[in-house]
Amino acid sequence: MALVAENIGVRFGSRRLLESVSLKLAPGELVFLLGPNGAGKTTLLRTLAGLVPASGRVLWNDGDLARMNARERARLMAYVPQGHVAHWPITAREVVAIGRFPHASSLTRLSPTDAAAIDRALAAADAQHLADRVVTELSGGERARVMLARALAVEAPVLLADEPIAALDPEHQIGMAQLMRQLAHDGRAVLAVVHDLTLASRFGDRVIVLNGGRVVADGEPIRTLTPDLLRQVFGINAEILKTESATALIPWTLSSRAPNRFEQP
Amino acid sequence: MPRRITPRAFGLTVALALLVGVLCVVSLQIGSVPLDSRTVLGALVGQGDPVDVIIVRELRLPRTILAALIGATLALSGAALQGLLRNPLAAPSVFGAPSAAAFGAVTAIALGLADTLSYALPVAAIIAALVSVAALFALAGASANILTLLLAGLALSSLASAGVSLALNLAPNFYAALEIAFWLLGSLEDRSFQHVAMAAPFMAVSWLLLLAARSGLTALTLGEDVARTSGVRLGVLRGLTLVGVASGVGASVAVAGVIGFIGLVTPHLVRPLVGHDPARVHVPAMLAGTALLLAADIASRIIPATSEIKVGVLTSLIGVPFFIWLVLRQRSRDLMQVVG
Repeated sequence: MALVAENIGVRFGSRRLLESVSLKLAPGELVFLLGPNGAGKTTLLRTLAGLVPASGRVLWNDGDLARMNARERARLMAYVPQGHVAHWPITAREVVAIGRFPHASSLTRLSPTDAAAIDRALAAADAQHLADRVVTELSGGERARVMLARALAVEAPVLLADEPIAALDPEHQIGMAQLMRQLAHDGRAVLAVVHDLTLASRFGDRVIVLNGGRVVADGEPIRTLTPDLLRQVFGINAEILKTESATALIPWTLSSRAPNRFEQP
Repeated sequence: MPRRITPRAFGLTVALALLVGVLCVVSLQIGSVPLDSRTVLGALVGQGDPVDVIIVRELRLPRTILAALIGATLALSGAALQGLLRNPLAAPSVFGAPSAAAFGAVTAIALGLADTLSYALPVAAIIAALVSVAALFALAGASANILTLLLAGLALSSLASAGVSLALNLAPNFYAALEIAFWLLGSLEDRSFQHVAMAAPFMAVSWLLLLAARSGLTALTLGEDVARTSGVRLGVLRGLTLVGVASGVGASVAVAGVIGFIGLVTPHLVRPLVGHDPARVHVPAMLAGTALLLAADIASRIIPATSEIKVGVLTSLIGVPFFIWLVLRQRSRDLMQVVG
């Protein structure tokens, strides 16, 4: 069982946003998608979610996702977009209930199965205490948890999250990373876009690095994020922090050898 | 089975249904020959003075039924558009759909395609409404940006008004122009069961389509990407709403002229009690729309004036200040977002 993307290409007019991107994502894995701004991370995530027309194939257990109908696909992959938008001041429980849309015939009449899934999702995201709060009045960290709970309520084997820890304070960043770690441990395949190399190297099973619409590296974080790669792709040098339980990279200085992106004509 | 219908929402729905019942009876009582409620209820089943029976069954019943149906249809269109566009300022009348429908109907009359009691009239109104709502969606694009929507609505509304003015301008004689003008004001005066029969099928279509699209609107609360990855087919949702709103508004305008702002106001009236989930607003909003239009129609008959006040004028007099209040509230929210 795995989600496999083969030779994905996305064009916008004459611009190539993604080019021959291939990757594999297995259940139990937490994979972080890294890359500088404009590398194509969000485009790749949206393509996997079926939101962007693309060349190439996305397969689940050798079945082509393009042949599935919208609901089948929705039951397979849950997607959390950037920004955590909520257009109406509905309660957190109502937000999480939207996760049952791919399963339920009607959101106004939820079955006991749906209700149980909503409770489990709220518990897993540690958001039970927020259930009756109005989502537009929550803090950024609380809202991120509720939006993740919405995706968990789908109970899909694959979770795609776009910058789930952006704009969170340190407590919630670590909390969210641990939560994603736990979700993978429980058997989900989790792919998340992040900018934080420290959290990615500490919590990720793997990292996939995009640059200019291509995959430039894919593998175990510390071995993959080599000093050369960090210089060429991110233009930085990093320090390595080793503790008893984990090893992590800490972005430290701008690298002198990298093409300086601040001085482009 | 855990249902998401809260006791408060249920209570509101029952209370509104009762209110609609009372208003229906009152609507049958009021007129040049005032009748008491017992006479009215007797006359409905054909008992009592034959004159009263004719007054109630032939004159006031169709008017009452039309008010109820149109109120519900316009409210539902408003709730559906607000849900689809994720915007509390959305409504058919804000985007000029009723003016467009009026233009369609007036054109049909002016071209001699329709006398006032044939299906050509609602069909022409519906086609014009369809074009205007489709143009609005196309102009505003997929984004839910309110400024773009309002500007597009303003443009389309002005265009439709210009079309109606042209029809008035080219009217063959003074009386034809006067008839068009009065019809534009929106009225339920002197409507018959033929009018009901003309509008009801299209309204039924509108209700079916708009109510069927409800669940998708809830998913849209979290944006289009979440809706699409939840299995909502956005194209279908837009199509259902487009055809549903156009046939509802077109049918209403074809039989009663332009009655504005019911669709804008009613969803806001019920939200404090049923919550903001767009799927749960529809049915209570329909009942509130029915009650509001019945009340406005009753008021139009009670208010002393040299000629009967047109109900469309009344709803606009209520609706426009309400719209201004909404804009002010939106503005203060925007300010808070900038500060916070």
